[in-house]
Amino acid sequence: MTDTSAPILDLRQLQICLPKGADRPFALEGLDLTINPGEIVCLVGESGSGKSLCAGAIMGLLPEPHVRVTGGEIRFMGQELRGKTEAEMRKLRGADIAMIFQEPMTALNPQKTVGWQIDEVLRLHTPMNRVQRKDRAIELLERVHIPEPLSAYNAYPHQISGGQRQRVMIAMALALSPKLIIADEPTTALDVTTQLQILKLIRELQKDEGAGVLFITHDFGVVAEIADKVAVLCRGELVESGTTDEVLNHPRHAYTQALIAAVPSLTPPPVKAASDAPVVLKGTGLRKTFAARGGLLSGRRKAVTAVKDLSFELRQGETLGVVGESGSGKTTVSRIVTRLLECDQGSVELDGKDLLAATPRELRALRKHIQIVFQDPMASLNPRKRVVDLIAQGPIVHGTDPAKAREDAKRLLELVELSPAAANRFPHEFSGGQRQRIGIARALALEPKVIVADEPVSALDVSVQAQVLKLLADLRDRLNLSLLFVTHDLRVAAQLCDRIIVMQKGEIVESGLTAEVFSNPQHPYTQNLLSSIPGRDWTPPSLRTDAA
Amino acid sequence: MTLHMPPILAYALRRFAQAIPVIILIMIGTFLLLKLAPGDTIDALVGDMGGADAAFIDRLRAEYGLDQPVWVQLWRYMVKLASFDFGWSFVYEQPVSTVLMERLGTTLLLMATSLSIAFTAGIALGAIAARRAYSLTDNLISVLGLVFYATPSFFLSLMLMLVFSVKLGWLPVGGIKTIAAFYTGWDHVWDVVRHLIMPTAALSLIYLAFYLRLMRASVMEVADLDYVRTARAKGAGEGRLMIHHIMRNALLPVVTLLGLQFSTVLGGSIVVETIFSLPGLGQLAYKSVVQRDLNTLMGIIFLCAIIVVVVNFLTDLLYARLDSRIELK
Repeated sequence: MTDTSAPILDLRQLQICLPKGADRPFALEGLDLTINPGEIVCLVGESGSGKSLCAGAIMGLLPEPHVRVTGGEIRFMGQELRGKTEAEMRKLRGADIAMIFQEPMTALNPQKTVGWQIDEVLRLHTPMNRVQRKDRAIELLERVHIPEPLSAYNAYPHQISGGQRQRVMIAMALALSPKLIIADEPTTALDVTTQLQILKLIRELQKDEGAGVLFITHDFGVVAEIADKVAVLCRGELVESGTTDEVLNHPRHAYTQALIAAVPSLTPPPVKAASDAPVVLKGTGLRKTFAARGGLLSGRRKAVTAVKDLSFELRQGETLGVVGESGSGKTTVSRIVTRLLECDQGSVELDGKDLLAATPRELRALRKHIQIVFQDPMASLNPRKRVVDLIAQGPIVHGTDPAKAREDAKRLLELVELSPAAANRFPHEFSGGQRQRIGIARALALEPKVIVADEPVSALDVSVQAQVLKLLADLRDRLNLSLLFVTHDLRVAAQLCDRIIVMQKGEIVESGLTAEVFSNPQHPYTQNLLSSIPGRDWTPPSLRTDAA
Repeated sequence: MTLHMPPILAYALRRFAQAIPVIILIMIGTFLLLKLAPGDTIDALVGDMGGADAAFIDRLRAEYGLDQPVWVQLWRYMVKLASFDFGWSFVYEQPVSTVLMERLGTTLLLMATSLSIAFTAGIALGAIAARRAYSLTDNLISVLGLVFYATPSFFLSLMLMLVFSVKLGWLPVGGIKTIAAFYTGWDHVWDVVRHLIMPTAALSLIYLAFYLRLMRASVMEVADLDYVRTARAKGAGEGRLMIHHIMRNALLPVVTLLGLQFSTVLGGSIVVETIFSLPGLGQLAYKSVVQRDLNTLMGIIFLCAIIVVVVNFLTDLLYARLDSRIELK
């Protein structure tokens, strides 16, 4: 039945149709893809390109009948998977074809122990008894380098970290030495240092097992790190495929070129002459502890210090980046300086006035000068309000005549490169990038001196991300704004920030000019962060194309 | 589990300590509220007697302690309550505790059975409906649930009575037992069961719709979650998915509702108890209000408060058992 010389996976002219009313008739059209034993093939594309549906088609897990395979062949080890019954597919899933998902937070059942969930794979596909299964599960946990495998075996998913959870997913996928592993954005939700560890782990295990890996990602850094071959998808069509070197360094198709040009390079912006512009935002000795909860009659929880003794200065027209991994306290900083969160100690001077000591009335007036752009463009705009009202709301609250505020809102839309016709539509009618533009327009409406941007581009595709970053930089220069830019993405920080502060566990471990910190990091934590950036040895070729 | 005292016991003790002030506050609050209402037991009694002269009324008031200021009355009541003495019911001419205990059994039996049946059938039907969402089965289940939910309880009760007692003659019309039969042992049990079938059916059919709809929505939501997809990718079959991955997670909101509804059991269903002339607490509460039988009413409220506290505690325990992310602290 199975042919050992055949490629592990051979997709020929794969076609997946979408339900009526979707933006295009086919999610995938005429996709050809071959994975040989021991090969890692990266399938790259932006959101909506159909890359995850491709994985679903191979696994036989498409949300049928709305989305289904309508043409082509899916050959796994020489046998055709289309037309297999559900029972036959169930035997393959988990055993010969395994899958690793994106969100380690939600991909494990919260009510079952880690051990139980690994055990389930073995129980479903092997005749092993309970003791053998437990031994095997612990052995697997050891193989994915989880500290204290026995205690992890008995832990519930919420009791272990995100990186460890992803290791558990990998252990589960590897349980039966599958021939094909499909990894759907397995590291997207992880911190950069954890990401590197997981990528290394996938590489290492895949070498031992000789399995083929279909690695789905949107991140060219990750591609550079791990891929043998690359296939680029654009709106369901394969636009380019080849070896990693060919595609990354000599892309031929215009779309690939545009995508790669949009990847922020790790080269920091030129150092501006030492600025003597006035300091507009100054934090001194900031400290925030999330208090121990509970009291006399209820349980106690340990206090967490999110930010300790943080001081910084932001000059007019300057961009200060706050970088760090999750839990480093960087978001807390953005909340404190806008006084969305009350601080325990320290002061924030906005234009010479102490924001933290301001009375509610003074605070309201001061808020005009400091505005925030949030991470999630879906959640941060009220879905029941029209765009024009969203933008005009701030000025109206601060006493501008409503009619004038609405007129201004329309001009702001032009400023963020949206059509004024957008004014009367609702947020859900826009794409993620457009929504983030609305968010920026909303922040600009009050003509603030300082904009605090909390991960403003993390939820966006790379080409859209590049556009929004360009817009931000552009507006900053034109309006002489100061930006406090919070991000976990060092590439983004390198591109936009004049100076950065690196945070770890609530403390600044290093700060300075971006160029200096990147070329010569002093603190071991910064060094570790920088050396974990995926694809740090690959510099995107400078292509003279207009980035999307 | 290294502690000598198991954490669950420590948790229970702390919850118990927290409950005491809550109950005291409830009792003081209701006592004062009831005093605000015009008229007292004496007015009701005298009204029943067809009137009496003013001196007699004053003597009665003094005898019952109702001539004292409200604060004194409250203090006296709370002191007695501290030793679990609920006082005397002047309407029933019995200690309140005796009156309550006679009624408590009936109501608890009725409500516990109805809720258990509604809960079990509701989650089963809801799960089936969700797995076959938008099919004929789903539509049938959902529509039936809606019909019973929309039917007023008195109408449903009367229809049941009409069909099963009047037309078919299978079941007794009302009461908790056949009065002149003096059954003992299993005959007595069977007799009570026969009397409770219709009221229980009427109540469960009404409650059923809540659980059914909530479970259906919950299962459909959970079935789309990532870990269910993970389980599918592991090669798990539908049955396994349902039992191990979907049900337990989908049950959480339904358990919340069960806890909320169980807290109200002692209020019972006045309508159903009245129609089937069941001697339950709901009926008793209603009569006590009309007759200004303060002591009985306070006794019922005290019982209700206790039940709410106990059920809340049990719900939390059940929650912690169902959801490993919740820790009892």
